[in-house]
Amino acid sequence: MADIKTVATRAGYGEALVELGNERDDFLVMDADLAAATQTGKFKQAFPDRFYNCGIAEQNMMSIAAGIAATGKRVIVSSFAMFASGRAFEQIRNSICYPKLPVIIGATHGGISVGEDGATHQCNEDIALMRTLPNMTVINPADAVEAKKAVRAALEHDGPVYMRFGRYAVPVIFDDGYKFEIGKANILRDGGDVSIIATGLMVDEALKAHDILKAEGISARVINMATIKPLDSAAVLAAAKETGAIVTAEEHSVIGGLGSAVSELVCESCPVPVVKLGVYDRFGYSGPAAKLLDDFGLRAVNIVEKAKAAIALKK
Amino acid sequence: MDKQTKLNLEKTACKVRIGIIHGVHAAKSGHPGGSLSVADILTYLYFKEMNIDPKNPKDPSRDRLVLSKGHAAPALYATLAERGFFSSDELFNLRHIGSFLQGHPDMKNTPGVDMSTGSLGQGISAAVGMALSAKHFGDNYRVYAALGDGELEEGQVWEAAMFAANKKLSNLIAFVDLNGLQIDGTIDEVNSARPVDKKFEAFGWETIEIDGHDFEQIEAALEKAKKADKPVAIIAKTVKGKGVSFMENEVGWHGKAPGDEQYEQAINELNAQLASL
Repeated sequence: MADIKTVATRAGYGEALVELGNERDDFLVMDADLAAATQTGKFKQAFPDRFYNCGIAEQNMMSIAAGIAATGKRVIVSSFAMFASGRAFEQIRNSICYPKLPVIIGATHGGISVGEDGATHQCNEDIALMRTLPNMTVINPADAVEAKKAVRAALEHDGPVYMRFGRYAVPVIFDDGYKFEIGKANILRDGGDVSIIATGLMVDEALKAHDILKAEGISARVINMATIKPLDSAAVLAAAKETGAIVTAEEHSVIGGLGSAVSELVCESCPVPVVKLGVYDRFGYSGPAAKLLDDFGLRAVNIVEKAKAAIALKK
Repeated sequence: MDKQTKLNLEKTACKVRIGIIHGVHAAKSGHPGGSLSVADILTYLYFKEMNIDPKNPKDPSRDRLVLSKGHAAPALYATLAERGFFSSDELFNLRHIGSFLQGHPDMKNTPGVDMSTGSLGQGISAAVGMALSAKHFGDNYRVYAALGDGELEEGQVWEAAMFAANKKLSNLIAFVDLNGLQIDGTIDEVNSARPVDKKFEAFGWETIEIDGHDFEQIEAALEKAKKADKPVAIIAKTVKGKGVSFMENEVGWHGKAPGDEQYEQAINELNAQLASL
């Protein structure tokens, strides 16, 4: 078996910023004193004149970004998912989303896999919060390659974009030829018995679950849902119609995230069983990321279990 | 300032106040008190100070104003209408279904509105962002902001103040409309931001204290502010409800529309003031 290359999606984000900075000088990057961790520090090092540190003041940073965008310039702001989406929620809503200003929020350290920092820093609610905001686009890349391509697409997008990146190094799934499009899901494995719709680091787990199920004679479709809003409803409804059962997998609360988005659509348009895998209404705790993913049941084996449960619910 | 200029500004401010009363009465809701207190400041900015063109409201090189105390929208709308950004008839549609004059400023749909505001504390940060953008990209416009004194209780104002001074945003001038009242009472009863000058100075700003209803003082303060090498807070002592006798210094008129009789009285008073000028 070949060595599996693992890279954190935040690293892809940092690389994308530098690449884009080399190509164009019409955007600014801001951070709230977490540049080394969020990887905007790479951009800061390459283009110190185009980087502004707001200090530990995320609310101010979001409204400043809105002001910059209101002058017709582009800006990318970063903090941890917790403080970007949580602390500055209302600034994102009223300063950025209401006037539909094209601010990109690069939120790193999403999910339980933040690890040792513990519950105060493990944000499992950001996708839910950001998804409720009109005009907002929400992207959660599966690997560093997709992360890089998504940043590029976000900078071309005319409106606010929330991008979630992870701290933990995860397997690289895509090669450089991969084409990312906002709002487009990709079918990574086809199958007819059940569909696994996954986002973020759960996409790699879904691929592993596919293989386990295959060995047991169950054919699973694996869909990478990097854009959670706008949701690729055609891909979801096709999965519902063609496989008759869905499992959603996300490193996020089962309340309000990908599972909710898929359920909302399927309930209204093509009711089939949707079984959600995610964080079940609880806070995390300190520990190594890998151990936390085991503890919180965010692994291929857990997806397999849910897939069987979804199939059993089929009429 | 010559006599004629001053007289013209006083007349214009009177018309702006009439527009505020028309709008709030037609809306049957809104915030007359803080609109009337900031009316002279906005009048001076839009008629004497700012580089703006009502025919080209999105001109990238224009000066900007962020009404951080967004609830004073009736004052901004009346000023913009008087300046020719849109018809004064629109003021009668304030807060009505389908009107571009929303309860709080909406930059997407209202000609002349530079930033959507309404949630206190956020506008000053947006103004800081605009000033930073101008400075970074080498644009020469200035950014003005108008803050309420109650608004200074929002922590975000001081985050913005700290950043603006650190980045030496000398192209940013913020007015504080110090009328001394907020919805729940006097600012001193509720949670005073006093001493306002010392606070801004401690955050690295230059401050200038003026009477916010005296055009000569507004002018002198702006001339001084434009020469500063740091952001400037012009702390303007004002009277909430200024120009309408029964609204002056009355906290109850923070967020309440006049009834029909009160409306008539207010308009009569303002028309008499205009006629006496």
